[in-house]
Amino acid sequence: MASRNTIVAHVEDRPGVLARVASLFRRRGFNIESLTVGHCEEPGLSRMTIVVDGDDHQVDQVCRQLFKLIDVVSVQDITYAPMVDRELALIKVSATNFNRREVLDVVEMFRADVVDVHSEALILQVLGDEGKVDAAVTMFEQFGILEMVRTGRIAMVRGTETTKPPAISDSQQAAAAIRAMLGRRPEGVLPFASD
Amino acid sequence: MRLTGARILMECLRAEGVEVFFGYPGGVVLPLYNTLGEYPDIKHVLVRHEQAAAHAADGYARVAGRTGVCLATSGPGATNLVTGITTAYMDSVPMVVLTGNVARDLIGRDGFQEADITGITLPITKHNYLLMRASEIAPAVKEAFHIASTGRKGPVLVDIPKDVFIEEAEWDGYPQGVSLRGYPIMDVPREEEVVKAAETINAAKKPIIIAGHGVVQSEAQAELVEFAERSDTPVLTTLLGISGMPEDHDLSYGFLGMHGHFYANMAADKADVVIGIGMRFDDRAMGRFSDFNPTAKIVHIDIDPAEIGKNFKTHAPVNGDVKETLTRLLPQIEQNSHPEWLAEIDQIMAQHPTDYVEEGTSLGGPWLVQALAEATEGQSTIVTGVGQHQMWAAQYYPYTKQRQWVTSGGLGTMGYEVPAAMGAQFAQREPIWSICGDGGFQMTSQELQTVAEHNLPVRFAIFNNGFLGMVRQWQELFYANNYHSVDLGQPDFVKLAEAYGVRGVRATTRAEAMQVFRDLEGYDGPVVIDFQLEREENVWPMVPAGAALSETIESAEDL
Repeated sequence: MASRNTIVAHVEDRPGVLARVASLFRRRGFNIESLTVGHCEEPGLSRMTIVVDGDDHQVDQVCRQLFKLIDVVSVQDITYAPMVDRELALIKVSATNFNRREVLDVVEMFRADVVDVHSEALILQVLGDEGKVDAAVTMFEQFGILEMVRTGRIAMVRGTETTKPPAISDSQQAAAAIRAMLGRRPEGVLPFASD
Repeated sequence: MRLTGARILMECLRAEGVEVFFGYPGGVVLPLYNTLGEYPDIKHVLVRHEQAAAHAADGYARVAGRTGVCLATSGPGATNLVTGITTAYMDSVPMVVLTGNVARDLIGRDGFQEADITGITLPITKHNYLLMRASEIAPAVKEAFHIASTGRKGPVLVDIPKDVFIEEAEWDGYPQGVSLRGYPIMDVPREEEVVKAAETINAAKKPIIIAGHGVVQSEAQAELVEFAERSDTPVLTTLLGISGMPEDHDLSYGFLGMHGHFYANMAADKADVVIGIGMRFDDRAMGRFSDFNPTAKIVHIDIDPAEIGKNFKTHAPVNGDVKETLTRLLPQIEQNSHPEWLAEIDQIMAQHPTDYVEEGTSLGGPWLVQALAEATEGQSTIVTGVGQHQMWAAQYYPYTKQRQWVTSGGLGTMGYEVPAAMGAQFAQREPIWSICGDGGFQMTSQELQTVAEHNLPVRFAIFNNGFLGMVRQWQELFYANNYHSVDLGQPDFVKLAEAYGVRGVRATTRAEAMQVFRDLEGYDGPVVIDFQLEREENVWPMVPAGAALSETIESAEDL
């Protein structure tokens, strides 16, 4: 059981899709940690990376309920898949002539970038997985964080496997592909079966 | 050929074979009403409140087995539909809801009678559309009917701005198909799931079937009966599953749940394999989840993959249409017999029959439903509201034909009985019996005007006890008789009916009720019958709120 789960959904790039997804999460009482939306390799589709809190049962329900939305083309729970996940943070840290060097030492340690310099502040760009960004934030707190923004997680499965939605015109095949995606156990077997 | 948006919409309805739809005009849908005269084959029924349009489309859909259609104008017209849309959504009823909206350049500017109806109905529709071009109408309407009537059925709303009705677009016929990548049809179950379900069922010693609305909607009564007979499995239904199993069948054991039959609740609780078919293990049916038969293995057949595993751990999930699944399951089901198990339930049934009909001359709910069943030979389509009368109608009428029972189960919408029966009457000739509460009837009685206008032979049987009976029952049992806001004043229902030009009669005794049934034989117009019931009768048995099925009580003394 992971408390932070990563779900990748491909959705039709239409007005109102984000509202549909948000409405569903609110309505079913699911907790979103982060949700990022952007273009993907296929024109006309957007890719959402959704990080949700919850146990296996809740995450399974999230995926199944999400897929019921007509505009949602595919849903995959990649929490347990080998994957690369990243997020980006912009952190405005107070830094003056007296402590700028110290701040830059920390920047170097996290292989972060300085993207703006001012006599009393720096904007730092930190890129990495959630743990790394968390650690960087903690370190920068000692200097005084004036402002911060994080993008939320984006993720991709390693290797040749993809989370691309099946491009299948045959309805039976489409149903099979979707069933194989849904559900927390391999082969689409449901969670919590009493066997 | 170039047509206006309004004509394109009507051409689409004609292509879908829509024979009747229910609506109410208003400013922004005037361009549409302006064309209705050119489509006399598509009957428009003018309701007296938009809520009734939605319920009527819903009632029509449930009885006809087709997609119901309703129409309202923007703003208040659209928001008045909301209760009806939610009712249909909760019970998975196929419906296409058409609304007008303000002209495109006024959208989002809080214009007169503007409401964000696509936003409002986001969580209560299967899908919805706001169309910004006339060229979008045909593909959207095609998709709307497809989505509403396939998979797990439900309402789909199409919102059309006023100037889109007027705009012209090319019409080259109704689209042949739809291309919805995110909506594959999942009717056919996976073979391995069917095999596992069959193995579980074949190995069962004390199996029970719980048949839900999916059986009725899939029209799988014949398959269900064959499945039950071959596996020798007793069949319960959910409230909405009623009429899915012929109740005169030896293996029919009534319905389960809060006011289900005592033996049905016990059978569900004692079974070793629970086979849910086209149902969703709802709390009103299953009682307290944590204490529902913890040792049973659950086989769950449902068209909606999100329902499987939602409330209970599922041993053998089968995602598929009920009829498709049963057809594939049947050859793998071994001929079986469970005489001891059936005898066990029969014994409970003998000791705890659902027979609360009392001796006397005054009208009681159970007696009245039984008398109605006799008078109609159990053949009538019954529509109900919500409350005590609904439960008595569920308990005492012997349903045998699919789609014979129409009720608001999931949402529990009072006031449903009048417009839903009206809409349903457009789907059949034989008189429909609308069993009404005196509270619910007062919520939507304005539709008597519509009923009179079309001379519909609906029989509105008001189970009039002068109380909001079910709420009163709860106040009596769980709030120490502290009656508040349940003693309903009411008009003279007979005079009210007559004011609408509808026949009105009253019965206060059993003899008078029998006379009413005789008088109505052959009468082909609408009638309102004010059945004056005992005031404080309770519905039994009952699973108190939050209790388990095993804690079903049969009288107030059991509390």
